[in-house]
Amino acid sequence: MSDIAERVKKIVAEHLGVEPEKVTENASFIDDLGADSLDTVELVMAFEEAFNTEIPDDAAETILTVGDAIKFLEKNAA
Amino acid sequence: MFDLSGKTALVTGATGGLGGAIAKSLHAQGATVAISGTRREALEALAAELKDRVHVLPCNLGVAEEVEKLVPDAEAAMGVLDILVNNAGITRDNIFMRLKDEDWEQVLNVNLTSAFRLSRAAVRAMMRRRTGRIISITSIVGVTGNAGQGNYAAAKAGMIGMSKSLAQEVASRGVTVNCIAPGFIATPMTDALNDKQREGILKSVPAARLGTPEDIAAACVYLASDEAAYVTGQTLHVNGGMAMI
Repeated sequence: MSDIAERVKKIVAEHLGVEPEKVTENASFIDDLGADSLDTVELVMAFEEAFNTEIPDDAAETILTVGDAIKFLEKNAA
Repeated sequence: MFDLSGKTALVTGATGGLGGAIAKSLHAQGATVAISGTRREALEALAAELKDRVHVLPCNLGVAEEVEKLVPDAEAAMGVLDILVNNAGITRDNIFMRLKDEDWEQVLNVNLTSAFRLSRAAVRAMMRRRTGRIISITSIVGVTGNAGQGNYAAAKAGMIGMSKSLAQEVASRGVTVNCIAPGFIATPMTDALNDKQREGILKSVPAARLGTPEDIAAACVYLASDEAAYVTGQTLHVNGGMAMI
């Protein structure tokens, strides 16, 4: 598992208060991890801060699962 | 009670009668204030009066780019933004049939759209910090309507609906969103009325006097305070009993 994937999963588990083992790459923030739409905005902000990058709104809207976030950040974060 | 020491506030329309009083009251309770408006000299004069804990941020709320910059500028100047007061407003009154498209657009743009843009910009960091106050100065006419003010009343009613919606979204994050609806307040605008007009207005006000900008500012201090943490999505009517709703 890449370093980015590990960090993303840690942020998600902490932010949503879910068991780390539930945070799989296929897990949907809303359907599987109990996030509401505001949580997803906050997660994006947390990713931006942790990875010192900017996630534009149109990209943020496509980040629905843990895997989506990992893929985006692997491609875009320094 | 209502101590705002260590808090930061941005007040738009701070060169007007209401905005100036709001900025002074928040400041008197200990807040650091960023005052915004179009007239730099008037802002500088108010800043000189307040002496410390004050930042001057001129902005034309009719220009989208300037509006988008205002909250980031306030955050840069003060570190964080705890309290946003959407106070700025203009009127372009006319009877409905004579309202021009540009009268409609200007009033909606400055009064409502700028409040939307500023709130959207401010709520991000507030949500993250789990605390924040967004207070919009609407008007009694946003609830009751007023002949000759179709555009203004629409903008002010829009502010109430907008605030209630945002309030529902961010309540669980410790951010409250409320409106204050002044009735007839003594400002340069009402100074222009003649005695007869004034008398007519006062007949409809049980308190039998015009409100003062300080009456409105006090409501603003309350909603901005920690004590008002459980008040959200509300419209606080400050009108001497003119409309009881």
